[in-house]
Amino acid sequence: MKAKHQRLVLVLLVVAAMIGAALLAMSALRDQAAYFYSPADIARLGGVPPGQAMRLGGMVADKSIVHEADGVTIRFTVTDGGATVLVRYKGIVPDLFKENSGVVADGRFGTDGVFVADTILAKHDERYMPPQLAGAEHKTETLAR
Amino acid sequence: MIAEAGLAALWLAAALAALQLVLGLSALRKAGVAPGAGDGAGKASRQPFSTPFLPSAVEARAGPAIGGPSTTLGRNGRGGGHAGPSTALGMGGDEGSQAGPLTALGIDGGGGAGAGPSAAFGADGDGQTSGAAALGAAIRPLAIVQGLLALFAFACLIALFVRSDMSVKLVVENSHSMKPMLYKWAGAWGNHEGSMLMWVTILAVAGALVGVVERRLREPTLIATLAAQAAIALGFYAFLLFASNPFARLNPAPADGMGLNPLLQDPGLAFHPPTLYLGYVGLSVAFSFAVGALVTRDVGGDFARAMRPWVLAAWIMLTIGITAGSYWAYYELGWGGWWFWDPVENASLMPWLAATALLHSVTVLATRQGLRTWTVMLAVVAFSMSMIGTFLVRSGILTSVHAFAVDPRRGSFILALLILYIGGALALFALRAPTIREGTPFDPVSREGALVGNNLLLSAILGVVLVGTLYPLGVEAVNGEKLSVGPPYFNAAAGPLALILVALMAAGPLLRWRRDELGALARRIALPALLSVATLGAVLLVSPIGVLPLLGLALATGVGAASLAPLWKRNLRRTPLFTWGMVIAHLGIAVSLFGMASESAFTKEKLVAARPGDTVAVGPYSVRFVGVDPIAGPNWTALEATMVARRDNGAPVTLKPQARFFPNPPTETNESAIATRLDGQLYVVLGKGDDDGRWQLRLWWKPFVTLIWGGGGLIALGGALSLLGRLRRERTAHDRRAYL
Repeated sequence: MKAKHQRLVLVLLVVAAMIGAALLAMSALRDQAAYFYSPADIARLGGVPPGQAMRLGGMVADKSIVHEADGVTIRFTVTDGGATVLVRYKGIVPDLFKENSGVVADGRFGTDGVFVADTILAKHDERYMPPQLAGAEHKTETLAR
Repeated sequence: MIAEAGLAALWLAAALAALQLVLGLSALRKAGVAPGAGDGAGKASRQPFSTPFLPSAVEARAGPAIGGPSTTLGRNGRGGGHAGPSTALGMGGDEGSQAGPLTALGIDGGGGAGAGPSAAFGADGDGQTSGAAALGAAIRPLAIVQGLLALFAFACLIALFVRSDMSVKLVVENSHSMKPMLYKWAGAWGNHEGSMLMWVTILAVAGALVGVVERRLREPTLIATLAAQAAIALGFYAFLLFASNPFARLNPAPADGMGLNPLLQDPGLAFHPPTLYLGYVGLSVAFSFAVGALVTRDVGGDFARAMRPWVLAAWIMLTIGITAGSYWAYYELGWGGWWFWDPVENASLMPWLAATALLHSVTVLATRQGLRTWTVMLAVVAFSMSMIGTFLVRSGILTSVHAFAVDPRRGSFILALLILYIGGALALFALRAPTIREGTPFDPVSREGALVGNNLLLSAILGVVLVGTLYPLGVEAVNGEKLSVGPPYFNAAAGPLALILVALMAAGPLLRWRRDELGALARRIALPALLSVATLGAVLLVSPIGVLPLLGLALATGVGAASLAPLWKRNLRRTPLFTWGMVIAHLGIAVSLFGMASESAFTKEKLVAARPGDTVAVGPYSVRFVGVDPIAGPNWTALEATMVARRDNGAPVTLKPQARFFPNPPTETNESAIATRLDGQLYVVLGKGDDDGRWQLRLWWKPFVTLIWGGGGLIALGGALSLLGRLRRERTAHDRRAYL
C-alpha cells in the first residue's frame, strides 16, 4: 500500500472509531443518565416509571424517619414544602443525615410507589461535601430557602 | 515577609516567562523559522488568521523544513553559550537594540563546540542568524531561572503553612496550628490557590529541566518548545496573580485557622495531588515539544525520542496517582467501591488514556518513523485533557454550572486559557499537518497495525468518558435540567471497548514490525487463548456470573499468559530493559483486570444491626462483634468497634473500625478496618448505634480485590523499567556517537 493511501485509510479509521464511540455514548446516555428530580418535579410529571434510575433531592420531613425492626432499614419522607415522596433505604446513613435537613438519594421507584434508595448523601458542612452531593447542592439549597 | 517574597518571586517568574516567550519568538523569526518571518522571496502567501501562539502564520516552506538544508547541519543541540542568568535578566527591553551584545555572547559560547550557533540555524545565512542563535542561547538559562523562582514561591507557601502563619488568608482557611505536621504540608496544596501554584511550579520546573537536559533536538525546535512552555506558564501565572493569589494577607489575623477537611487528612492523600499534577504537567512538555516541532516543521524520529521519556514519566506518575487515588477512595470513603466514575476521577483518567495512546504511538514514530501526524495530534490532546481536568476540578463547575457564576472570574479565566491553548495548538496543527511528511507504510497485520488499533480504542474510550463527563454540564447549561451520569453508563459504554482493547493487547506484542502473517500470530497466541477458554469454562461450571466480569476473568488469564510470551525462549538477562517494562506493564493490566472482575463477581456483603457478642458470617469468615469503646487521636475523638474475625480454624484477626469526630471543622468520618489476605480483603465499617444497644455493621469479603492496585503498581513499575531502559540505551548510543 502506498503511503498516501495508508494515511487516508488511517484517517477514515479514526473518523469511523470516533463516530462509533459517539453513537455508543449517545445511546448509552439515553438509557442511563439519571435525572435529578424534586418531589414537586415528580408530581408535575405525574410520576416516574418504576425501575428508572434517578436521583431524588429535597428535605427529610420532620418526624418522618422510621427504623424497621432489622435495625438497618429506614423509611422517611422527602419533601420540598408541597409534594412528598416516601423513601426506603437499607444501609448506613451518612453522619449528617437528619430530619429537616437536605438529602439526595440515588435509586428508583418500586411498583408500590416507594422510592428505593441505593445511596444516600446528606448535606455536609458548608465548606466540605462529598463530590457526589456537590452536584445536587444547588437544588437542595434552593429548596431549603 | 515570606508571603511577600513568594509573591515577588511569582511576579518575577511571570516576567521571565514573558521574556522567554518573546525571546523565543524573535529568535525563531530571525532564524526564519517562525511563521511571520517575512524575509526571503517567494515565501509569503499569508494566512488570514493568526494563532494565539504566534502573531501571524505564514504557509511557507522557509527555514529549516524537514529534509531541507538544515537537516544535514542538524543535531547540534549545544550551539550557543549559556548566558548566565543575570545576563538573561538584563536583556529585558527591546530585542532589536540588544542584537549587538547578544551576538557577541552567542559566538563566544558556541565557538568551542565546533559547530557554531549559525550552523545550528542554517538556512538563512545572513547577519541576523547569529543574533538569533544568541537569543536562543539565552532561552535555556531563562527557563532554568524561571523554574527556580517558581520553586522558591512554592517553598514560601509551604513555609507559611509549616509556621501556621495566620496572617495569610489561605493558611487560615485551610490549616490549623494543632494539625499534624504532614497535613500542614499537605494543606499547602489541598486547596485551590495552593494547588494551582503547585501546578505552575511543576510546569516551570519541567520547562527548566527541558532546558538543562535536552540535547537532541535541533536548536530552533528546542527554542520553539521552550517558548511554548513559557506561553503555557504565562497564562497560569496570570491566573494565579490576578484571580487566585495564594499569598493574600488577612487583616486582622485570626487566632487560629479553620482546619483541613478531615477526609483529606490521610497520608495517602497528602501525596496524591503532587503525583497526579506531576503527570498532568509532564504532559505539558509533550505538548510543547509537539508545538515546537510543528512550528519548525521538525516532526520526526528525534522529536519522538526527545518526547518519549517525558511522556513515559508523566504516564508513570498518572498511573501511580490514579492507583493511589482509587485505593484512597476505597478505604477512606467506607463505601467498599474502588472506582465511582466521579467527574473528579474521570478528570485524571482522561489524561491517562490519552497518555497511554501517546506512549504507544510515539514508540512507532521513534523506532519506525510512522504515525507522525497522529502522534503530534495525540500530544496536543493529552495535555488538553490535563487542562480540561484541571478546569473541571478547579473551576467549581462540577458543583454546578451555576457555581461557575458564583466566581465567574476564576472559571472564565481557566476556560479562556483552555480555549486559547487548545484552540491555538489545534489551529497550528491544522495549518501544519499537511506539511508533515508521510510515515513509513506498514501492513495492517503488523505491530504498527496493532498499535493503531490500540490508539483507536483508547481514543474511543477517551471519547466515551469525555462525553459522559461533560454531558451533565452541557444539559444543565442548555436547559437547566440536572442529571447525573454514573457507573451504569460508563460500564456499559466503556467496558466492552476496554475488553476489546485488552484482547488486542495480548496479540500486539506477538506481532512483528512492518508485516506479519495471521497464521503465525494464531500459532503464537494459541496457548493463551486456550487458557482463556479454559477459565471461561471453569468459572461457568462453578458459578454463573455477569457477562462483563466473566469475560474479564477469562481475558485476564489469557492476556496474563500472552503478556509473558515475548520473553519466551529469550535469554532473560540479555532482554532489553524496555522489553521487560512492556511485559510487566501488560501483565499489570491483566492482573488489575483479574482483580476488578473478581471483585465485581464474587464480593460477599453483609449489613446487620448487631449487639456486642453477636457473630456475623461473611464469605469464608465468621466475625464476632466484641464491643464499642471511645478513644482519642491527635486532633479527633472516635468510637472504635472491636471485631474478631476467624476463618476456618485459622488464627483470629482483630479489626477496629472507627467513627471519628473532628472538632476543626466539626465533621464526622468513617474509618473502615481492613484485613488483607493473599486471596482478598475483609472490610468492615462501623455505623450508628440505636436505642436497643445494637450497632450497624457493614462487612465485605472481597476476593482478590488487592490485585486491582497491585496491577496498577506493576503497570507503573513497567513504565519505570521502560524509562530506565530507554535512558540507558540513549546514553550508550550517545557515548558511541561521541567516540566516532
